[in-house]
Order: sequence, then structure tokens, then C-alpha cells
Amino acid sequence: MKAAQWTPWLPWLAGALLLVLVPAFFTQGFVRLLFAECAIMIVFTLSYNLLLGASGMLSFGHAVYSGFGAYTTIHALNWIGRTHALVPVTALPLLGGCGGLIAGVVLGFISTRRSGTAFAMITLGLGELVGACWLMFPRFFGGEGGISGNRTVGGPLFGVPGWNLASDLQIDYVVGAWCFASIAAIRGLLGTPLGRIANAVRDNPERAEFVGYSARQVRWLMLIASSFFAGISGSLAALNFEIVSAENVGALRSGEVLLATFIGGIGYFHGPILGAVVFVFFAVALSQWTKAWQLYLGLFFVVLVLRAPGGLAAVIERAVAQVRDGSAWRRSRVLSAMGMAMVVALGGLIVLVEMTYQRTLEVAAGSVVRVFWMDIDTDRATSWALPSLFLVAGALAYDRVRRQDLAVRQPTPSTAAEVAAR
Amino acid sequence: MNAELALISALNGASYGLLLFMLSAGLTLIFSMMGVLNFAHASFYMLGAYCGYQISRWLGFWPGLVLAPLAVGACGAAVERYGLRSLHTRGPVAELLFTFGLSYVIVELVQVVWGRPPVPYRLPPELDGSLFSVYTVEFPRARAFVMLVAGLILGALALLLRYSRIGMIIQAALSHARTVETLGHDVPRIHMLVFGGGAALAGLAGAVGGALTVTEPNMGGAIGAILFVVVVVGGMGSLAGAFLASLAIGELDAFAKVIDRSPADLAAALGVPIDPASSLYGLWSLTLSQTAPVLPFLLLVVVLLVRPRGLLGKREDR
Amino acid sequence: MARNALIGPFVGFLAFCLAAGAVAQTTTVRLAFIDPLSGLMGPVGNNGLHTWQFVADIANRENWTPGVRFEIVPFDNKLSAQESLNDLKAAIDQDIHYVVQGNGTSVARALIGGISKNNERNPGKEIVFLNYAAVDPDLTNGECTFWHFRWDANSDMKMEALTTYLAKQKEVHRVYLINQDYAFGHQVQRAAREDLMRKRPDVEIVGDDLHPLAKVTDFSQYVAKMKAANADTVITGNWGSDLALLIKAARDAGLSANFYTYYAATTPVPTEMGASGAERVRMIYIWQPNIENFSGDVLVKEFKSRYKEDFTVMAIYDALRGLAEAMRTAKSTDPVRVAYALEGLRFHAYNGDVEVRASDHQVQQPLFISSWQKVDGVKVKYDQEDTGYGWRREVTVAPDAAALATSCQMQRPAHPN
Repeated sequence: MKAAQWTPWLPWLAGALLLVLVPAFFTQGFVRLLFAECAIMIVFTLSYNLLLGASGMLSFGHAVYSGFGAYTTIHALNWIGRTHALVPVTALPLLGGCGGLIAGVVLGFISTRRSGTAFAMITLGLGELVGACWLMFPRFFGGEGGISGNRTVGGPLFGVPGWNLASDLQIDYVVGAWCFASIAAIRGLLGTPLGRIANAVRDNPERAEFVGYSARQVRWLMLIASSFFAGISGSLAALNFEIVSAENVGALRSGEVLLATFIGGIGYFHGPILGAVVFVFFAVALSQWTKAWQLYLGLFFVVLVLRAPGGLAAVIERAVAQVRDGSAWRRSRVLSAMGMAMVVALGGLIVLVEMTYQRTLEVAAGSVVRVFWMDIDTDRATSWALPSLFLVAGALAYDRVRRQDLAVRQPTPSTAAEVAAR
Repeated sequence: MNAELALISALNGASYGLLLFMLSAGLTLIFSMMGVLNFAHASFYMLGAYCGYQISRWLGFWPGLVLAPLAVGACGAAVERYGLRSLHTRGPVAELLFTFGLSYVIVELVQVVWGRPPVPYRLPPELDGSLFSVYTVEFPRARAFVMLVAGLILGALALLLRYSRIGMIIQAALSHARTVETLGHDVPRIHMLVFGGGAALAGLAGAVGGALTVTEPNMGGAIGAILFVVVVVGGMGSLAGAFLASLAIGELDAFAKVIDRSPADLAAALGVPIDPASSLYGLWSLTLSQTAPVLPFLLLVVVLLVRPRGLLGKREDR
Repeated sequence: MARNALIGPFVGFLAFCLAAGAVAQTTTVRLAFIDPLSGLMGPVGNNGLHTWQFVADIANRENWTPGVRFEIVPFDNKLSAQESLNDLKAAIDQDIHYVVQGNGTSVARALIGGISKNNERNPGKEIVFLNYAAVDPDLTNGECTFWHFRWDANSDMKMEALTTYLAKQKEVHRVYLINQDYAFGHQVQRAAREDLMRKRPDVEIVGDDLHPLAKVTDFSQYVAKMKAANADTVITGNWGSDLALLIKAARDAGLSANFYTYYAATTPVPTEMGASGAERVRMIYIWQPNIENFSGDVLVKEFKSRYKEDFTVMAIYDALRGLAEAMRTAKSTDPVRVAYALEGLRFHAYNGDVEVRASDHQVQQPLFISSWQKVDGVKVKYDQEDTGYGWRREVTVAPDAAALATSCQMQRPAHPN
């Protein structure tokens, strides 16, 4: 086979290899948990991007569908435990997907009647509505404690004793397999006529209507597809954590998936995958090292919205393109200057934030905080002066280098007369 | 439900509704002016409460009441000038996402500075005690004060918009920004002013609301959702609509909490009792007080479906 | 000759090794503290954390278990059951074998589920759960497990004692119930109704409200309902901010009813009660600083000076005392051995005689019903939160009288010996 024939399959192969090798190689519970969370979030963000990236629908209530998937699954799990029915636990995500799908059909009927900002508001309202209902229906939602389940009730998989999903290695493989299957399915969906028309509706709904497609129906269908995969994601979460509660349908989770998808880049297929991994890194790994991780995440998001709306995928693509055509080498001095200034400013900011956290949150634990490799005493004024200096100096330097660089690359337009004179 | 309960519920509902209006007035103004739905508005509310707390610790409650809104207004103006302005050309989605991220960041910054547990921000002792008694229930001075502040500020706002020069320019810029610009007025500066003014209103609402209830980092989240309901139900872009909607939701909330009757009771009263053993009895026996948290969002969904413009809305969004 | 000369240094070297070995024997037992440290219930959780750290310091200083140091590892669960399970996983990863929690029965239930699963799936890595304040009776009845130990009296025990006292008050005629809408609140609601029906059938229950946990910031409408129903007594299991804000609203509206509570000593309720709560609020708990023969002045005073908060949760002191005792008797820090040693453990604590009942792991101890009074230096020595008001003991309920039967059918793992 020629290279051009199997290069498109390379990322799929690499992905499959990663999904198989990572849980086997890393045996710490922490890394395995990270893996499962990444896989779950990837399916979630990809489903969200079916709405945002492919169809142009900004939704603030997407967690409702994943939550319904989760609740369906946990109730099914408890039902299997009670009745010893011969339903394989590993197939439950399909049921969860259907749970999400039904929610998508019903709620989508209401929300897709409008588009744009009004759609966003309706999804917000519906999300809050479902979130507010949880105390009213304790049998379905479980009230404050949520609903717990036990994923080992199903009996051994394929009859092999010990394959009962008790260990985190086994659940990682199940989650990984469903993640891979979902990625493939979503990729397939985007290539179908429905996926293409959804793009058309996103770009120019009036034109799509003129060509004969009902924009409303297309949006509804995409929302149904998106809610199916969101249901699968929620179902995997239910199997992994064995508890489902109000957080699974809450506004916080809806906000998280929006954040993660946007950070990755909504204009690319692999954007949400990247965004999911980065988000889980922030939420699960970074949170072990610093209490301020949510602040860093929020700032990161705001900076992306302002400066790089294409997300990390776009930034990486641009960087790769610049390296390929050599412009990165030409500008290497400028880029490294900007990079250093940014590192200095960022370092100063991080130290300042960690020091402030130590003073407000850990008052009883003393005044010394550990940042990176240093132990810093927040009682001394000099400890504050230095990072502030770094922050200001770094920011100013970055700004100046950037301005100079822009001036060099795009000289200010001259007047028409001067242009004519040349 | 006797007359005493009805009257006190009406008063409690009105005080909550007026607080909501203080918040939603700012949001409505911002939306009418710039077409951007400010997600961070509830965070400005929280910021106002914290600023009020901090200033009240240094200078006292009353200076805090004046300075906190100014501080929050300045923050709002800065946000508009350095953040939103550059996003205006990129469309409403980008602006929405920016304010969404901003709300996150503001909550986190507040936690960094003031910590995670609630802070002891209280109304001063002059406002303790009751103003008058309704039969045997006392109406607290604190609530009456909140209603007074809300009423005064909003009266001032209405007068400002209607009869002052800057108000007329703002009103004109609401619908015909370009024309106003050609007439020589600095419309971007007016945008900054309106955004800052809206934020200041939110800050004032926070400075009184936080002292009346609890000042803690999640206070914006709870009221933020209701805020959007108010703005949408009242009609995006209409101050009068926001006023009506705030009062309606305030009263709905207050009255729903005290009505312990359910549809099952109603059915029984009408002579068609529902069997307790039936599967849907759980649904039918839900009392109105149990469903109280859900009612505003139910209203939102119904309005968005039936009358998307809202009660008195002008700006239609496709 | 040369060989004999070596004996001295050899013995010395041996002695040094033994000594070094003895010193190296100090194990650190870490306890994972999983409770809310943020949000509306943050102050209650933080008070609990400070109490655990304080008692752990005392245990280390006084060497309660020779060769063992206690260390508290805090986790903020934001009062969420799901978050608590994540914290449990993190604790398991950090090789922690003891979990302590108290605020919120839903969280306790989720933790018990997670711990049971862990102990079943990972033998050799068991975890023991010390519950210091989650008082849903089911946890030591129908849902009892070997790994769970409850150090506070459960809700049914408290309501039984409280209603016995209330039944003797002639002025109680119209009772209003208000509770948080979750498992614990439902239990309080049910127990209050049953006990009142038994002991004072003439009393009318004029209202029964359930409100969301840790979300309501404005109780004025609930208080308005109480007024409209002419309630003269309010029975509530509310704790933390829910009780504080309820009492604040009651004060603002001029409600004259008496409050019978479980948790009026938890922060920030005393500040809200202040002078206006005098004579009107009762609470029931396993201890308060003004009980007779309380000898722990040091506890109360040192805690206050270090943390600027009141020492209120005596169950934490008892829990760590009990754990240390059990480790001493079992001569081991292995969770299974320690759990077996805890069963049937008895000791004398600051609040009286404490016994860990083996049948259901519910600790049996005295209960005290107290009323909020001005400090007078005789019956009320210690005040709370610098208000000048404190608790006056009204009734002491001996452990035998406070005890209730249990329906627990406990499954025990094999004894490791």
C-alpha cells in the first residue's frame, strides 16, 4: 500500500494502541482514573461539538442528556442486581445512549424551535428546570445522596471468572472500547449527508432552507444524535463512578463541557478530543497540586476566547504550519523572546495566586507555601514584590515584542498617494 | 391562607422582586444597548456584596453602600473597554462565551481573595428590628430598606433615561447607534458607560442583597439563573417588562412556598380523588410549595415557546 | 583477650540497633477527613476539621497509642456525595485506611457504599469509617456494616429523649416541624411524628415543611407560615447555615415560638441566637461545656485561643480516643484488627461512660438536653461565640435510658487471627 492510502488510518491506529497500552502499563489507581475520565469526557465533548461545531448551536444545558443516560444506566444496573437478568453490563452504555436520546427527542422538540441566542437561553432554562426537579422526584433522581449502583452485579463477562468489572483495569478497557466506538461513529455521522447539511445550516440557514431542507428539522436531528452520544458518555460515567446524582445534570457540568470543547477547538474534529484531555488534566491532575486550578482554567479559557478563538487545535495547526514552511525559524528570535516573557509573567502570576490562596485558605497551616520547587514565606513583603515584578515586567516585555513584531510584519498602511507614488 | 399570611407574602415577594429588578435592570440595559447577554452579571452582583463587605470593614456600611457599586461599575467599564470591545466584530457567540468565562474567573478571584466559606457581611444595627406589624407578623426594617433603595435607584434611572441629555443619547443609541455616531457622539464610550452602569446596579443589588442574606462565592449562581428568566420573560430589551417580570416572579416564589396544596388535593376537592396506590400519585401529590424552585424555569420555557418576545419585548432575535 | 575486648562495643552496637529500631517503629496513621470546607456549610466543616487536628495533636502529645502518630488529611467534598467518592478514591491512592466524616447522611451513605465495595474488592486494603455526626438511624440498623462506627447518638435516640422532655412541658400545644429535604431530615420528621403521637397525642402538628439542604438563604416565608399556623413550638433537625438562617428569620419576624433542635450549638447558630434566643431554644447532644463535673477546661480554652472557634463536637474527641484505645489493645494499626478491637470497647470520657455497642457499632453514651441562657458563672460558665450566652443543662439522660434496640444483622469478615 502506498503511504497516502494508509496515512489517514494512522491516527486511528495510534489511538487504539494508546487505549490498549495505557491502562496496562500504568498500574496506579490515579492514572487509571485519569484515563477513564479522559475517555468519558472525550465522548461528551465530541457529542457537544456535534451541536456547536457542526451545527452552530450553542447549548448551555447539554449535561441534561448525559445525566439522563447516567440515570437510566444506574437504574438498569440496580434492576439487573435485583432480578439477575441476563443483560450484559458492558452493553448498558447503549441503553444509556437511548435514555439520552429520548431526552433529546422530547427536550429537543422544545428547544430547536428557535436558534441562536434564544436557543442558548432555552437550553439554559431547560437545564435549570431539570436540575430543579431532582428533589421533586426522589425515586428517579435519588435526592441528595443520588443513586448508587454496583457494576459487578452482572456476572462474569463471557463466562470468564474474575472479569466482573471489579478492577479499574477492566472498567478502563470497557470505557476505552466504547470511547473508540463512539469516536468512529461520530466521525462517520459527520460524513453523512445529515452531517453536511448540518454544516450548511450552521453557515447559512436561509440558503439551506432555499435549497429545500428544513433548518429546524436538521437541528433537531443533530440534537438527537448529539444527545445519544452524550447519553453514552453519562452511562460510562455511571459505570465508572457507580453513583449518579444531581451534579450529572447540573449547570456546572454543562459549563464544563462547553469549556472543554471550546478550549480544544470547535472547528476541528480532533479539537474536542484535545480539549477533553486538557480539561481532565486541569480538573483531576492539576487540582492535586494547586487549589487555584479553576482560576487558571477560567483565565486560560478567557485568553483563548480573546486571542485564539479557534482553540488549541488551531494554535497547534498554525504552529505546525509555521514550522513546516520555515517561518518559525525565521522568527525564532522573536518567538523565543515572546515565549520567555510569557513564561516569566506566568511564573509571577502563579506564585502570586498561590501565595494569596495560602493566606486566605490555609491560614491555620502557616504562612509558607510550596510553589514549584520553592518554599515561599508569605509573611515577608519581599516575597510579594519579586513575583509582582516578574508579572509586570513579563507582561510589558511580551506586549512590546509583540507590537514590534506586528509592526515589522504588517507595516502601517500608507496613504493612497504614497502607494500611487511607488 | 389567611389575610395576614397573604399580606406578608405579598410584601416578602415584593422585596425579593425589587431586588431582582435592580439586577435585571442592568442586564436589560446592557442587552438593549449592545445585544450581548452578560453572563457575568450575577458575578458582578457577588462582587458588589464582597466589595461592600470589605469597605464596610474599613469605613462602615453606609460608605460601603456608595463605594461598592462605584468599584464594581469601574470593573464593568474596564471589562467592556478591554475585553468586549475587541469581540464586538466577532458576533454574539464570542461575546457570550467571553462573559461566560469571565463569570467563572470572577468567582475564582473572589475565592482567592476572601476565601471559600461565607463572610460575615451584615446590615448595620440601625436596620435591625421591625418597621411595622402586619397583624402579628413584623415586617423587618431591613427588607423595607432594600425596597426603598431599589425604588429610589430605579426611579432615578427612569428619570435619567427619560429627561436627561445623556439619557436621551443612550435611548437614541439603543436603536440607531450609527446615526448617533454620525452626529458626533462617542458611541463606544457610551457603550462603556452603559456596561459600567449596569454593573454598578448589579453591585448595588449585591451590596444590599448580600448583607440581607448570605455573602458567599456561590451566591451569584443561584440568583443568576432566575435573572435570565426575568429578562427573557419580561422581554429582552424592555425595562418595564423586566419590572413586571421581576415582581411576578418574586410574588410567585413567595406565594408558592406557602401553598401546601397539590393537584391531588384539588382533585379530591372536586370530587374526583386520585388513588394513592396509582403510579402517578407521586406526581399528582406534589404540593405547590415543593415545586416552587421549578416554577420560574417552567415559566421561562413556556414563554419562550408561546411568546418569544416576552411580555413587553421589543428586540426580536432570530 | 582481643576477643573479649570486642564484646563491649558489640553489645553497645546491638543496643544502638535496638534503640534505633524502637525509634523507627513510630507509624503515622493518617485519617482522611471528608467534609465540606466551602459553601454554606463551610464553617461547620472547618470547625470539624480544626477539632480533629486539635484532638490529634493532643493524642500525639500524650502518646495515646505508643508508637503511633495521628495525622489528619483534609478533603473538601462540597457536601456532594459524588465528590466524596472521588475523595475516597484519592485517599485510597494515598494509602489511607481510616476515613472520618460527619456532615450529611447522604455523604455518609455514599462513603459506606464506596468503602464496602473497596473492602470487598481489595482484601488487604480495608478502610474503616468513623462517623462522627451523620445520625440517620438506618446506618446502624438496616444498613449496618462492620466497617462503620457511629460516635454520635442517632436521630431516633435523640428524638426519643427530646420528646420525653417536651411531653412534660405543659405549654406545648401546636408543634411545627421543619427539616432539610434529605434522608436525615425525613428521619427527624418521621420520628417526631411517631414519638409525639405516642407521648402527647393531644399536641397538634400544625405544619410540616421540607426545604432543600444548604440552599435556602431566606426563611421568611417559612416563618410566616409558622406565624399563620400559630405554632408555639418548632421542632427541627436543621444544622449549620440552615438553622442559623431559620432563627435569623424567626427573630426578624418576631416569632415567639420555642425551638427544639439538635444542632443549635453548631456554628454559626449561636451568633444568630444571641440574646433574643434566651429561654427559647433547646438542644440535645452528647455533651456541652456546662455539664456537671466537666474537667476538660483545657480543651475548651486552648481550642478557643488557637482557632477562635468554640469546641463543640465532643464526638470527635471520643472517636479518636476510642480509635487510639483500640489500636493499643490490638497492638496493631491494621484496620480489621482495630475494628474488632473497637467492638465492645468501653472507656470513660469527658461526657461520661462511652461504649461501642458490638451489635451495631452505635456508641452508647449519655445525652444532655440544654437551654440557651445568659452566662451566670454557676450553671452556665462557658458562653458560645462570644455572645455572653451559653447552655444550661436541663436534663441528663443516662446511656441505658438513651439506648434503643437495633435491627442490625451484621456480617463480619474473618478474624485475622
